[in-house]
Order: sequence, then C-alpha cells, then structure tokens
Amino acid sequence: MTNTQIPNSQAPAVRSRPAAPPAAVRPSVRDRGSRLLAALFLAPTVVGIVVFTVVPIVGSVVLSLFHWNVIDPPRFAGGANYRTTFTDSTVLVSFRNTLVFMVLAVALQLLIALSLALALNARMPGWLRSLFRSAFFFPLVLSAASISVVMKYLFNQDFGVVNWLIGLVGVAPVPWLTSEHAAMATVVLVYVWQQFGFSFLLFVGGLNNIPKEIHEAAALDGATGLRKHLGVTLPLLSPTLLVASVVGIINALQVFEQPYVLTDGGPGDATLTVVMVIYERAFEQLDFGEASAVGTLLFALIMAVTALQFRLSRRFVHYQ
Amino acid sequence: MSAMSQATPTLKVTPTLSRVRHPLAPWTRIAVLTVCALLTLGPVIWTVSTSLRTPAQSFDLPPQIIPTHPTTAAYRGVFDQIDVWLLALNSTLVTALIAVGQMITAGLAGYAFARLEFRFKKPLFGLVLATMMVPLQVTIVPVFLVLKSMGLTDTLLGLILPAFPTAFGTFLMRQYFLGMPKDLGEAAMLDGAGPWRIFRSVYAPLAAPGLAIVGVLAFNYHWNEFFRPLILETSSQNYTLPLGLVSLQGNLGTGSISVVLAGVVLSMLPALAVFVVGQRPLREGITSAGVNR
Repeated sequence: MTNTQIPNSQAPAVRSRPAAPPAAVRPSVRDRGSRLLAALFLAPTVVGIVVFTVVPIVGSVVLSLFHWNVIDPPRFAGGANYRTTFTDSTVLVSFRNTLVFMVLAVALQLLIALSLALALNARMPGWLRSLFRSAFFFPLVLSAASISVVMKYLFNQDFGVVNWLIGLVGVAPVPWLTSEHAAMATVVLVYVWQQFGFSFLLFVGGLNNIPKEIHEAAALDGATGLRKHLGVTLPLLSPTLLVASVVGIINALQVFEQPYVLTDGGPGDATLTVVMVIYERAFEQLDFGEASAVGTLLFALIMAVTALQFRLSRRFVHYQ
Repeated sequence: MSAMSQATPTLKVTPTLSRVRHPLAPWTRIAVLTVCALLTLGPVIWTVSTSLRTPAQSFDLPPQIIPTHPTTAAYRGVFDQIDVWLLALNSTLVTALIAVGQMITAGLAGYAFARLEFRFKKPLFGLVLATMMVPLQVTIVPVFLVLKSMGLTDTLLGLILPAFPTAFGTFLMRQYFLGMPKDLGEAAMLDGAGPWRIFRSVYAPLAAPGLAIVGVLAFNYHWNEFFRPLILETSSQNYTLPLGLVSLQGNLGTGSISVVLAGVVLSMLPALAVFVVGQRPLREGITSAGVNR
C-alpha cells in the first residue's frame, strides 16, 4: 500500500514557494470548507450505517420484547420470548449444534491452513508456489450455496464420488447426509473446504513477516523442523493466529448456506444451526419476536466469545 | 522474544542429528501440497467435466475426468429450465451497482476520516469500526422490516441500497489515504487549492488501487450472496444466480445432475474472471484486515 507512482521531485518543488501569506489568511475559510466537505463525504456512509445497522441492532433488542406476527399489532411480551427460547428444545439444539460446528470447523480450518502455509515455505520454484497458493484460495471466490449443491451430489451415499473414493481403500459407504453424526461431519468438511483458504492466506502473510534473522538464529542454535516451529514460529505467528481464530469463530457461528442446502438442518435437527432457526422463525413462521430474541442471543454469544478470546490471548500472544 | 530465550539453552542438538529430525523433506512437502491442491480443486474439476457429459453418464464411477462423449446438451438444458439470462442480469445489476456504490461511499468516507478535520471525528469513526463486528444474520429481521416500510422488499433495490455503506471498505480506504504523503495536499493548499480541489486533483487519482480492493471484495461477496436474496426476493423474476440454482436443484432433484452442474459452471464464470484478473487486490483485501463480510 505504498505509493511508488508519486514522483519524488514534485513535493519539494512546490514546498519551496513562500508559505506565510496564504497560511495566515486562509485557515478559517479552509476549516469551514473542510467541515462542509466532510459532512458531504460522510453522509452516505453514516446515514446508511445508522439506518441499516444501528437502528436494526436496537430494533432487534426491542422486537425481542414483543409478540409480533406482522399482521396483528405487536403486543408487549417482556421476557416471554427469551423464556420460550430457553425452553424450546429446537432452539437449544440449534445452539448446541452451532457450537459443536464452530469448534470442529475452526480447529480443522486452522490446522489445515497452518500446515499448508508452513509446507509452502519449503524450497520450490516460484511458479509452483503461486500455483499452490491460487489453488488453496480458489474456493473462496465461489458461492457457498452453489458449491453446497455440488457437494450434495459428491457426498451422495449411493452414487457419490466420495464413497467411491473411500471404497477404493476398502472403506464401506458412509451415509454422509443421512446419519446424524456423519451429517454434521459433512457440513464441517464442506465448510472447511471452502473457508480454509482464508486462514491460509493470513498465515502465509504472517510467515512472510517473520524476519529471516530469527530463523537463522534459531537454526544456529540447532532448532529445526517441528521443534523450530513449536518454539519459534508459532509464538511469532500468534498475532495472526488470533486474527484467524477470531474471524473464523465469528463466521462459523453464522453458518447457514451449507446446512441449508446440504441437509436442510437434518436428519432430525442434527445440523440445524442458529441462523437457520432465525430464518425459520421469522420468515416461515412469522414469529418476529422470537426470531429477534434468538438473534440477540447469537449476537451476545459472538461478542462474549470474541471478548473471551482477546482476554485469553493476552497470555499467549507475543508481539515482536 | 521470550520464546527464543527459553528455547536457546535447551536445544543443543548437532546439525546432522537435527536434520534427521526434520519432519518432512522438501519433496514430501510438495507431494502433500499437490494432494491437497487436487482435493481442493477436485470438486470444481468434477463439476466442469460432469456438466459436459450426457445425463446418463453423470453417475459413472470412476468419473470420467475427460468426457468420452462431450456434449453441451446440459447447457442448453439450463437455458430451457430456468431463465439464465434474467438471473445473470439480476446478479450483474445487483453486484455491479453494489461494487460501484461501495467504492464511492468508502472512498469518500475514508478520505474524510483520513484527511479532513471536523467535529466528532473519533466517535464517528468508532461507530463505523464497531459496526464491522455486527453480523448481518443478527440484524436481518429489523433490516427486512425497514425495507418493508420503504416498500423495497422483493425488489433488486432492496438488495442494493443496504449494501452501499461498508464499514470495512471505509476502514480500508482510510488506511489507504493515510498512507499517502501529507506534503502533497499541503503543497496544493499553498497553491491556493480548496479542500475539494485537493481531494479531486491530488488524492483521488492516487486511490485507484485501494478502490480496486474494495470493488473486487464487494463483487466477490455479493455475486455469491445467498442469505439476503433468499429472504428479500420472493418472486422468481427477482432471483439472483445462486438462488435460481438452488431452486433449480430442488425442482430437478437428482434427475438432471448435469443440467444443475452446467448452471453452477455458468455462475462460476464471472467469479473465475475476477479470480484471474483481480487476484492480487482480492488477496490483499482478504488479508489486510481479515474481515471480509
């Protein structure tokens, strides 16, 4: 993000002009012009953010305190929607599923991404390295919904390519989409397949930022291989690890497309996620109050997990 | 640093011994990377090749990677089954307008936060940053109601308008303008240029690479977007490509797998083009702050 295209000669040439007279006369006019311009420049963003984010956040909390089906006028409900939420087994299951999904997906995603980023540091021709990098990052540009359509065929129990592949090494066909545990695993795999490239790019960037001298010093001390990675690379990479896990967790808690297309939350409620419940409650059952209560709880959960993570990270993250 | 000082005294290994301990030799690493790259690209390759096979052959195992009887029948099938042109037009319209809109709003607001002086600058920027943390799924119910009160549900404008402000894009453009030398603007000011002229003639022309990142990220996200269109667009003439494809798959079941996959391939083409042309801004955007949705 540097601006190499700016000719160096330009700035000094202009700066040598007499500076005093205009600077003394103009400030007030300039300030007013600057303030007016700032107001114009900020208006679209600030108005947009207030209307489409700030008001909806407040609205979500307010709505969660009402019974409302859009058709009849809203009735004040107090904490009734939250009480329903905490006793509604479907909602509870969706929170449990989402947390299980988050733990599995984020752990797998970080593990794969970090391993591949480290492996990419091996000696190899530059074109090969950029080929690998492009391949791992490619799924990120695809639509999660369309890819889930494709994966639904690939993971089909009877004619899917996945069962054929594992059959080659003698594994019996797995009911990927129709048994409870396998369905969750499939949703995790499909999600991680698409998302790991994001953490991978972060790690590649983080590894490039580690000064070579540190690796050389560690090598002189005899640290190589796994030992070097655990003792030297990982601590230096910990800020990147924090960003990757925070963003990974925030995104995983909002998972929707993959379970919606692959399993529609099933079998039973085995892969029903919180955002799917918000969708169903609001836009299929028109229960806007309870949908808002679930949404508010999800928001609180995301905030809590993120805050906890930053707190824990103070003990583990090393800044250079 | 603390890790280094802890590690130093304990690791007294001779170089030869440590080389043996190395977990993966370079060629093993390349082999592992190759296998992972194939697993990553495999589903995409399978999609393309199956879309070029006859429906009868789409279930063949092992899958023929290079079709023995390549046919474009599935592509003609997609055009018969769904109005691909309309879906593509809707997707293009929504995505292009959002991308341009975000470049404008983020460019202007980013510049204001970076280079202009005004009251409440810090709290306003704090507000923008805070909304970066708010997930769309959580606010969707009130957003839907706001759009309903504006009469914008089930319209393309209802998808476009709320996506114009971008907290992340604003943040990115602010960083970008802050990275430009301050002397340039000061020099122009001494030449008598007002704030607008300084923006228009000095800084704005330098902002193109930053704007490219905002635009490419917006394109990539909104071209593939599914959740908002699913909720907002109820009549099929307002569907975007991902929505049309999922409903196509639902209507056809598993009968015409190659038709569905042909649709997926068609919808991937623009994303592929962005990947080829705009990979650098896309990568920079994704890594620069780590928040891309």
